[in-house]
Amino acid sequence: MTSLSTLDPERSARPPLRAHQSGLMGRAAAAASTPGGAIFLLVGVLLVATIVANPNFGDPGVLIRFLGRTAPIAIAAIGQYFVIVAGEFDLSMAAVVSMQVVLAGNLIGDDPGRVIPVMCLMLVLGALIGVLNGLGTTVLLVPSFIVTLGMMLALNGIVDYVTGGAAAGNPVDEFREIGRGTIEDVPVVDVIPYPLIILTVIAVAAVWLMRRPFGRSLIAAGDNPAAARVAGGSLVWLKMRAFVLSSLSATVAGILLVGYAGVHPSVGQGYEFAAITAVVLGGVLLGGGRGWVLSAAAGAFALELLFTLLTALGIESTWRDTVQGVIIIVAVALAGRAWQAGRRPSRSARRAEASTDSSTGSSIQPPSPGTTTGDS
Amino acid sequence: MTAIDAPRTRQSRRLTSTGIVYLVLLFTIILGTILTAAHGRSFFSTGNISAILTFTSVLGFIAIGQTLVILVGSLDLSVPFVVSLSSVVAGGVMAGQSGQVAPAVLAVIALSAGIGLVNGLVVSRLRVHGFVATLGMALIISGYLATNYQGSHGSAPRSFRLVGATQIGPIPVSTLIMLGCAFLAIVVLRRTRTGHHIYAVGGNNEVARLSGVHTAVPVCVAHVLCSVLCGLAGLLLLARLSVGSPTIGSQGGYDLMSIAAVVLGGTLLAGGKGNITGTLGGVAIFAVMDQVMSVIEVESFLQDVVRGLVIVLAVAVYARRDIERRPAPFERPTGLDAALQEAR
Repeated sequence: MTSLSTLDPERSARPPLRAHQSGLMGRAAAAASTPGGAIFLLVGVLLVATIVANPNFGDPGVLIRFLGRTAPIAIAAIGQYFVIVAGEFDLSMAAVVSMQVVLAGNLIGDDPGRVIPVMCLMLVLGALIGVLNGLGTTVLLVPSFIVTLGMMLALNGIVDYVTGGAAAGNPVDEFREIGRGTIEDVPVVDVIPYPLIILTVIAVAAVWLMRRPFGRSLIAAGDNPAAARVAGGSLVWLKMRAFVLSSLSATVAGILLVGYAGVHPSVGQGYEFAAITAVVLGGVLLGGGRGWVLSAAAGAFALELLFTLLTALGIESTWRDTVQGVIIIVAVALAGRAWQAGRRPSRSARRAEASTDSSTGSSIQPPSPGTTTGDS
Repeated sequence: MTAIDAPRTRQSRRLTSTGIVYLVLLFTIILGTILTAAHGRSFFSTGNISAILTFTSVLGFIAIGQTLVILVGSLDLSVPFVVSLSSVVAGGVMAGQSGQVAPAVLAVIALSAGIGLVNGLVVSRLRVHGFVATLGMALIISGYLATNYQGSHGSAPRSFRLVGATQIGPIPVSTLIMLGCAFLAIVVLRRTRTGHHIYAVGGNNEVARLSGVHTAVPVCVAHVLCSVLCGLAGLLLLARLSVGSPTIGSQGGYDLMSIAAVVLGGTLLAGGKGNITGTLGGVAIFAVMDQVMSVIEVESFLQDVVRGLVIVLAVAVYARRDIERRPAPFERPTGLDAALQEAR
């Protein structure tokens, strides 16, 4: 911030941001008015609506199982968030999920002793795919859309080649327990599914990461790559880590999905667009630089709640896509407006200010002072 | 705009990216000729050539439209569903009667133009990223198709099926129509005001707006033309299959394949730079690759792996050049840049 104020003395004279002035409630209200905060309200509204439509859903046991079921897609959304906030895409996610599922099915088989080594292998392979995606994007300078599309085609080809397109192998039950197992006899909620615990751990780790210099640089790189480069960070290593995190989260989602869905090359189909939809629904700006990691996870829950609500209302499942399409367009249109409103002062305020700082030539798009990540 | 003019002096010495695309195509053809010859077949046989050209027609229609949309700085992921929708709608309207061909074609063009207009308005007026807007549109149409059409629908009369089947020499009529559309698109891009505005808005939306361009117009025109071209692709598929199929578009994976073809053709994914000629080269590379791999009987699953590798590597070859020569989108030369240049 010091460099900013030395560059532009006018800016340091501005009053501090509203979010920094109010107390906890004020900050919460300010957060809820951003797209990243509004998604939590949306989740709340959808939850209430679903419970009204289907009172059974309000039962803590049912609710917690729903959370467990949604965990894989939320984990994938968290992974996709790292890539999107850095201004890239990861379309290979679904292919990574199905590759890992098939790998688990073929390598683990009936031998419980192989669970740990194969899981290590899966994580290493997941990281390797992330490294390749990152290298293609940063070193070969191919747009990430194309790199990950190529990776998707290649992985899908390999998966189909290995399996012949049919269900293959069934890993031992100990492995499937990770995805469908629960901690029994918990007081209020009856059970706690393992996926929910894994999701919690990953969410905490993700929040921690985003507050580290890594997370800050990632947002900076997504907001303005040129500035991030000039500031001296290595974009190669930075973006590669984002891609590694994305494919690792796809790997974890794959491990969890084996428990629910078993082994079939079509497991994970559509995950890339579902994860991107969840992230976008969470108010994260495509193109990078704006958004909170937990909102991405909340976006996944909002999406799944929406589907549950539609089912509860007795709407034909074939209309799910259509509703999802309308919702993401509306959500993103609103979010775009809101980020813009948060980004710059109102028109009249700007006009008054423009008279003082037009000499710097930056009146077209003043960069927002302070942080917009919100989780600080 | 001086940044774009400056390298033009060097451009005469250097190869343009379109030049590289056609070099890659030539290389693919030579490699394909050798591989097919090693398999005891002739690459230049009439059957082979017409199979390749047939492949180019459908993807060609879509890729031309996708080029326009990408040039204006957007994306269109709804193409496969527009293709499917137009195929079932036209099949339904025709219902096997020759007299119904014209109404069906008009209905498809109107419908797809409407879809394109909605896409364009959502992108330009509501300021939704093209990726999300068209993904949403894709989901909306996919839900409609899944609800209302189970299995194939309608049928094409014989007179209409001829469009898909007739050939002049080794060249299918459908490919000629596609090339005609490509020519029209080139004329639009090079000779009309809207065409120039498409490049301007894709290069830098804000600068175009400050220069007095109504930025919504080129965005909407590009999206409408793209959807109409997808509608034509759907009609062509209907002519080939003789029944409308609600899944024909998504089976073909036309959304991602058309984007890959456009980028393979040297168009910048960020918009503002590229041309139709390059895209046709990109489509041809895919067509040759597919045909050669099926002639020499590469395992169909491995074809995907090869395709993925070729896309990434080919783009890598000239992506580096494009990015070096063109300032990054939205990058404005500032005092800081100038200082850094001095320091070097």
